[in-house]
Amino acid sequence: MTNRIPTAPQPWPETEAFWNAANEHKLLLQRCPDTGKAFFYPRTYSPFTGASPCEWFQATGRGEIYSFSILPRAQPPYCIAYVTLEEGPRILTNIVTPDYESLKIGQPVQVIFVESTDGQNVPMFEPC
Amino acid sequence: MSLKGQAYIVGAYEHPTRHAIDKSLSQLHAEVALGALADAGLSIADVDGYFCAGDVAGWDAPGVGPTSVVEYLGLKLRHLDTTESWGSAYINHIEHAARAIAAGKCRVALITQAGRPRAEKMSPELEHRLQAQSAPESQFELPYGPIVTNMYGMCAMRHMYEHGTTSEQLAWIKVAASHHAQHNPNAVLQKVVTVEDVLSSPIVATPLHRLDCCVISDGGGAVVLAHPDVARSLKRPLVTPIGAGFSVKHLNGGYFDILASGGVQTGAEAFAQAEVQPADIQYASLYDSFTITVLIQLENLGFCPPGQGGRFVADGGLISGVGKLPFNTDGGGLCNSHPGNRGGMTKIIEAVRQLRNEAHPAVQVPSCGLALVHGTGGQLGARHGSATLILEREE
Repeated sequence: MTNRIPTAPQPWPETEAFWNAANEHKLLLQRCPDTGKAFFYPRTYSPFTGASPCEWFQATGRGEIYSFSILPRAQPPYCIAYVTLEEGPRILTNIVTPDYESLKIGQPVQVIFVESTDGQNVPMFEPC
Repeated sequence: MSLKGQAYIVGAYEHPTRHAIDKSLSQLHAEVALGALADAGLSIADVDGYFCAGDVAGWDAPGVGPTSVVEYLGLKLRHLDTTESWGSAYINHIEHAARAIAAGKCRVALITQAGRPRAEKMSPELEHRLQAQSAPESQFELPYGPIVTNMYGMCAMRHMYEHGTTSEQLAWIKVAASHHAQHNPNAVLQKVVTVEDVLSSPIVATPLHRLDCCVISDGGGAVVLAHPDVARSLKRPLVTPIGAGFSVKHLNGGYFDILASGGVQTGAEAFAQAEVQPADIQYASLYDSFTITVLIQLENLGFCPPGQGGRFVADGGLISGVGKLPFNTDGGGLCNSHPGNRGGMTKIIEAVRQLRNEAHPAVQVPSCGLALVHGTGGQLGARHGSATLILEREE
């Protein structure tokens, strides 16, 4: 079946590292230099303390579904979700599956990378 | 400083239009302003404070939006406040206006809201996308197709998962709104619906049905607040804010709970300031962009414990004359109007009608002396501004 093609993100210089890594099929996160806590979305200053620089590191790409909603009448239908990453933060994403009916909150998922309308890869997740 | 008696709501007016093809946005602002001033027994010349949010004409033009409306109306101001928190902004403006009056910054404060998304064929999704272009989160969210319905769908899905809430329970919220809307000749949806009607309407974003959503409509409204000296000279009932709270809830670097809105903070703050309890509230205007919005706000504000919202609203819990807490007796955003995709102003206006004993007799709460207004502006499951207001009628 056909999957929805994501619209292309519009990166800023402060987020280029994230998008370049996505093109190499790596999911990057950043860490607050004061608390060591991983955060999302990427930015120059820690959302917890305002500190910088915030070190980039590669996430495992594993997580679980926190919540989701399917648009059955969209062409093609798609599923939006918040996924809680193993590293802690929750991120907005799509779940890609041939079987939307079987999706459940708490289900383990793994990152995949999908080409957007301009070729930039964006992270999505599939059940694992 | 306590809000009580610092200022009074002396005028309120809701525009009757729901499809403003033949009116400009500025004209709508002017019509609601003049309507609320006439209701108060005041005129444009009396206004020296003006409060508006991002729905004013020309807001998108560089810098001139609010001043353009001031010019169109011919206002002579000493005070201007353009605090923007989407649909909850106007509820927040009531507190700002009362405090500005108390501080001597103005004596007669005008708050207007208007919008014509239906005439402009501007869906909430398109509006969101246009506004979000330069937001820092957009590149990490827009690729995934977050439209309004699926973001609220995720809130409902999580609530069902954590608390066992059912689609039937959510449907009761629409049923209650429709019972009220049948008495409102201006309401977009005036037909009484049943739980079965809601459940048999198409799924728009799982688990939400079409009838779990609010209407899309044009229109607007305005409110006038005045200094106690001015208020006592007018022949209107004295309605005063006695408690208020405002906060912004966001995704906090990825650590958040989509079932805990900003209302947790604003409700606690407003109730403490007003020195009343949720059980004291006789009427509540609750933001109802979707049925799930009402359910989560009821819990967050303390009308019932977390997870009990489904039971609270079931079997007519929100129907005036039937349930524990009469809500949105004009039909709310779910049935009456959601002008400009911003529901805060109409929420204030219906609370004022209730406190003045001017609601439709079929939905009027007997001897209504204490009302709550709460708004969630932006998106419940993401970033939003929450505003709570507790209003009292002074005898």
